[in-house]
Amino acid sequence: VISFTSNQLKNLKNYIYLRFPHKTESVGNGFKPFPTKELHMNETKSANLSKQIYEEFSKTPEGTKLRECIQCGTCSGSCPVSRSMDYTPRHIIAMLRAGRIEEVLKSDTAWICASCYSCTVRCPAGIKYTDFLYLLKRMGQKAGIKPKNKKGLAMAKSFYQVLSEYGRSYEPELMVRSNITTPFNLLGFMPFAMKLFSKGRLPIFPSKVKGAKYIRKALKKADN
Amino acid sequence: MKKYSYYPGCSLEVSCKPYEDSVKETFGALDMQLKEIDDWNCCGATLTVGVAETSAAYLSARNMAIAEKQGDDLAVPCSACFTALKKQEHIMADRKDIREKVNGLLKEEGLEYKGGIKIRHVLDIMVNDAEKEIKSAIKKPLKGIKAASYYGCQIVRPKSDIDDPDNPIIMDNLVRWLGAEPVFFGARTRCCAALLMQTRPEVAEPMAAEILASAKESGADCIVTACPLCMINLESYQDRLSNKFKKDLHIPVLYFTQLMGYAMGISPEKLGIKGNFINSDKVLAKAGN
Repeated sequence: VISFTSNQLKNLKNYIYLRFPHKTESVGNGFKPFPTKELHMNETKSANLSKQIYEEFSKTPEGTKLRECIQCGTCSGSCPVSRSMDYTPRHIIAMLRAGRIEEVLKSDTAWICASCYSCTVRCPAGIKYTDFLYLLKRMGQKAGIKPKNKKGLAMAKSFYQVLSEYGRSYEPELMVRSNITTPFNLLGFMPFAMKLFSKGRLPIFPSKVKGAKYIRKALKKADN
Repeated sequence: MKKYSYYPGCSLEVSCKPYEDSVKETFGALDMQLKEIDDWNCCGATLTVGVAETSAAYLSARNMAIAEKQGDDLAVPCSACFTALKKQEHIMADRKDIREKVNGLLKEEGLEYKGGIKIRHVLDIMVNDAEKEIKSAIKKPLKGIKAASYYGCQIVRPKSDIDDPDNPIIMDNLVRWLGAEPVFFGARTRCCAALLMQTRPEVAEPMAAEILASAKESGADCIVTACPLCMINLESYQDRLSNKFKKDLHIPVLYFTQLMGYAMGISPEKLGIKGNFINSDKVLAKAGN
């Protein structure tokens, strides 16, 4: 049995603090490590979810390669936004393997991804990492687990609603819908909207798609 | 006469109208026909895939099914649309379950996705189909202009037949044909931050600033782009980013079709250059001096 003196423990904590600053509260990106009391999922459920994630992903093109991750970190190094994520892309796969599904699905990683596909083209194991993050986004919604920062999710859902309504994007409504819980944010978009308006580039009305009623019906059926 | 089907995508309708203007003008001047596909819808963009898998396939497949009826290669000016359509084309070929479900939904409208239509970015069409025509259509060579070609992400990634994902050169070649000097800069394939500018500005701002700074430091007079979302992120926040990062980050941004059109002697009004946020008169006036 290894036991530490309190002084040794303090040193160890400092070591972790220095080597893994993203695991502490000290970094400016607002990350707080998960307190275990916030995790609710029992082992059976997380094992099931883990299985589902592997199964679903192996259906996608080249999805079986997920198991071949060698933890090299090329994805994290290529990612232009890994610095802002709570867990880097490599870390997410490690957590998936360790069965920490709830943390994976609650994490910001998938929702910060801007879909630049740098990880996908560079992964030496051929994992389509961007597509894997799309899957995590869908799985989280299916399992009813909300990500810590909900803005990306709000935007994606609002976009889907706008498409269901008109068949095409309609930016003013998208902005209103995605900020419905934070109306104050809308004010922040005003200068940009005015700029667009001054150049005649602000859509005033949604454009009409003749097949919109078919699209509305199809989207209702497609994923249910 | 070369003929193409045309899928503009939502942003080109209003918010990025200058791109559409310049695409249509340059195609016209090169005697290539663009025929907009009938009653198209949103491609689903990058967002829908993260919410609903089959819906995303349906949205892209509907456009491709409509384009199939028209037959010619499908010209797509927006990089995000281009990637979304290509992605779903791949999925429709690979996933039988999704293809069957989507075709069932399309049937209600009398459509069917068979596949086989070629989806092509407008940049790809210009460089690979119209090299001779472009070179002979130059009326006002852009000698003296240093242009930084910004590729962004979704033209060359995730899978592209167009060019290398990390070190593309096609737009630089095009810039050279126009008589301008292509400038290499480090951030040419970095991400513009896309929608993060709306959802997570604190994450997005350094990304856009890095691209502007990198282009400026390389001595470029202007940035050239082939994507409406890259354009929005690079041109709209230059004041804010300059203030925030205490660095002059002002630089004109043009669509590659605008630069082409200008070299081909088309008036800046027709190319929508006045519709861009950053005034590029000074840069364009350098041409030939």
